[in-house]
Amino acid sequence: MPHPESWMRVTPAGLYCEPGDFHVDPLRPVPRAVITHGHSDHARPDHGAVLATPETLAIMRARLGEGRAGRSQQALRLGQAATLGGVTVRLEPAGHVLGSAQVVIEWRGSRVVVSGDYKRRRDPTCAGFEPVPCDVFVTEATFALPVFRHPPAEAEAARLLESLRLFPDRAHLVGVYALGKCQRLIALLREAGWDRPIHIHGGLQRLCDLYGELGVPLGELRPVPAPEKRGGGGLLAGEIVLAPSGAEATPWVRRLADPVVCAASGWMRVRQRAKAKGVELPLIVSDHADWDELLATCAEVEAPEVWVTHGRDDALVHALAGRGVRGRALHLVGLGEEDEEPAAPAPAPAPAGEGA
Amino acid sequence: MTLPAFAALLERLVFTPGRNAKLALLRHWFATQPDPDRGIALAALTGELSLSVAKPALVRDLVAARTDPVLLALSHDYVGDFAETVSLIWPGPVRSRSAAGAERESAGQPVRSRSAAGAERESAGRYHGVNAPPPGLAEVVEAMEATPKAELPSLIAGWLDTLDANGRFALIKLVTGGLRVGVSARLAKTALAEWAGQDVAAIEEAWHGLEPPYLPLFAWLEGRAPRPDARDAPVFRPLMLAHPLEEPDLPAITPATHRAEWKWDGIRVQLAATAGGRKLWSRGAEDISPSFPEILGAMDFRAVLDGELLVMRDGVVAPFADLQQRLNRKLVTARMMAQHPVGVRLYDILFDGEEDLRALPFDARRARLEAWFARVAPARMDLSPLVGFDSVEDLARIRAGARDAAIEGLMVKRADSPYQAGRTKGLWWKWKRAPLSVDAVLMYAQRGHGKRSSFYSDYTFGLWRPDGAGGRELVPIGKAYSGYTDAELLWLDRWIRNNTTSRFGPVREVEKALVLEVEFDAAQRSPRHKSGVALRFPRIARLRRDKPAEEADELPTLERMIVGEAAA
Repeated sequence: MPHPESWMRVTPAGLYCEPGDFHVDPLRPVPRAVITHGHSDHARPDHGAVLATPETLAIMRARLGEGRAGRSQQALRLGQAATLGGVTVRLEPAGHVLGSAQVVIEWRGSRVVVSGDYKRRRDPTCAGFEPVPCDVFVTEATFALPVFRHPPAEAEAARLLESLRLFPDRAHLVGVYALGKCQRLIALLREAGWDRPIHIHGGLQRLCDLYGELGVPLGELRPVPAPEKRGGGGLLAGEIVLAPSGAEATPWVRRLADPVVCAASGWMRVRQRAKAKGVELPLIVSDHADWDELLATCAEVEAPEVWVTHGRDDALVHALAGRGVRGRALHLVGLGEEDEEPAAPAPAPAPAGEGA
Repeated sequence: MTLPAFAALLERLVFTPGRNAKLALLRHWFATQPDPDRGIALAALTGELSLSVAKPALVRDLVAARTDPVLLALSHDYVGDFAETVSLIWPGPVRSRSAAGAERESAGQPVRSRSAAGAERESAGRYHGVNAPPPGLAEVVEAMEATPKAELPSLIAGWLDTLDANGRFALIKLVTGGLRVGVSARLAKTALAEWAGQDVAAIEEAWHGLEPPYLPLFAWLEGRAPRPDARDAPVFRPLMLAHPLEEPDLPAITPATHRAEWKWDGIRVQLAATAGGRKLWSRGAEDISPSFPEILGAMDFRAVLDGELLVMRDGVVAPFADLQQRLNRKLVTARMMAQHPVGVRLYDILFDGEEDLRALPFDARRARLEAWFARVAPARMDLSPLVGFDSVEDLARIRAGARDAAIEGLMVKRADSPYQAGRTKGLWWKWKRAPLSVDAVLMYAQRGHGKRSSFYSDYTFGLWRPDGAGGRELVPIGKAYSGYTDAELLWLDRWIRNNTTSRFGPVREVEKALVLEVEFDAAQRSPRHKSGVALRFPRIARLRRDKPAEEADELPTLERMIVGEAAA
């Protein structure tokens, strides 16, 4: 049985399967690509042949445009297998966003599982992660520090609703990622009994529509109205408004009634992150595995060797070594860009004028 | 469940910039929490909770015994704050397996047996006291008091095991004495007043005979008991405040009807010495006694006095920057007291012994103050002299001629004004010296908070100085977030967005192209600032869109404005 190192390689374009002649989530255009999910750092434009789940292909077409989502597309449902040059490729659910899949690659009795991004929590908008035993498990490490242990997302949704009761005169603006987090949060709020219309920023409309078309109900969504006169405000008091993160810093936000700026992200676990973004209500909702789940997953797949694509590989490789698992950092650059902002140190301008 | 509830309150207060929102959170707390925990939380927020505290090293040892040193170091490095790191990394309960199981069933896949996974869960998260409820606030306070030192580690570890990350953070900050929330005593009392429909001054006076958890206070506010009597306690008496004196007000000012004093550049304080004790109160009703033990020591009398706290060396007032070295210090060293000796310049008397003088007119109080001062001759105190004047024009000349760095301008008080809490128009006026100004270049802009969170409303600006290589560079001299109109704010916000050169979180660096006329009350030497100069009350007076950045002022222009130096 050949060791995976002999047939899975890291190239400048990303992780490459030599006997199958394809890349997984390549960073630049390649002839043949297998895509784990639709986030822009994994699903890049202008590949030749693209293999992914039907949902991921639909998301790629919506985000990249029909012409740039691969010259040819091959849809493979979760649980189904295809053969690429003597290599068997099967997709198993990763639980990250709608359509997200782990790529199970088998060649001559040796099995590598490329997880893409994944989480272990229940998500009403996508199929749950399925552990697959393998010889090498290729994992992300976005939240691979023991300080990241996400609280239940349901409790975070409840905190948002609690704040709406406390501040009925203020709009609640939640910064979310357009793909996945947005729709999951909506679904969580629906489960928690919030059946009022949820208002969404124009930047979220297309993917919410697509989720609906793909059979994920999100309830009534409405666009955020424009103020009646230029510069007017005071809209949507007591309502939930979702927008791409960053919108709270743009003039667009001035139409909302004294908004409580919220953000739904695993990074909100760290106070300084929330403070630096000026977030008033940090909601710790993540679509990535947390520290305990990363370690538990590495154990569940029973792989003697774990490769780490991106994130805090130092901490994860260290912890795995303590558990007798060989960890290897792949240092793939360019991953984790869509939903993992680098920490931005602020400069230290002169201190504030001394007030009374 | 009150410690988790308290943790949730802290969490929201810390992130909430708006005053009204903070008040709403506090009102909700008082309305929904039981005694005695709501009172203990109140004391914790206002810094009145005296708790025998654990050393940070205790928490350090506890976490070190439970975590991998490499992972702890990586985590601390990432998070920054150690208490927060501990609260996050502390081994907590392992999540139930049901969530993951349900997920697999919903995906239509059989649940496979995973012995390794089971083992992982076993090893990852054994913790003690699974079924123990989290402690209440009162329980924490009492147990910290009653527990022998040697047993503190296991006591605290046991509590940490029952809490989630937010609860652990609150507990660690509480037991190590590091709780800082950004809630002033005044704000908390205002929230109490709003919640109970009472006057905040009434709460202020009732407050201070009481100890946490303030049961009689809550009983009174809920109409279950009479107002607590604070007769003998050194309570804070709400201050009389002044309005800015504007052009239209000038004709009313005459030597017959008004008195003038210097407006000193220190901090306003109230000295309260009664049979019940001694307190030094700040303008915002914060008890600042611990920071100034030498003043407390000198309060060997029975009176309530109003005055200005200043760093004074042989009767000469030092710049405000010196006083800043003494503010917000919990621990005061002998060296600090020697290097920055403080005194109080008195200008009013509210109580002489038990006698309430507040209803007397200003002139009568002044006479009582002078008589009292002559009689008692307290150490570390002097009288703020009255400034004589012939006419309001004369007073204007005196104001313009004041060159002392310690003088901000003049106070003008009606001779017949009683000492009346709050800011009643027409009784007391403040008449600040005409401001100084420089033309500075906008360097950085930062988004504001609350209603201004979508606006770049805080501006850091600089002046030119030689860069040591034959050219010139800008050095930041200060930061301002007021003075402009709404229309100017809109314009500035747009200009900043269109002229950004780099971004650091909420801060943008901009093209060095926009000149701002910056007004300030005084310029002072400051080794803590890169430019070596600190501005007092800087604000944006005007946008100088007509002026090229190259023509903005140079640092020496500002340095010449520093009072008390050769050029002055």
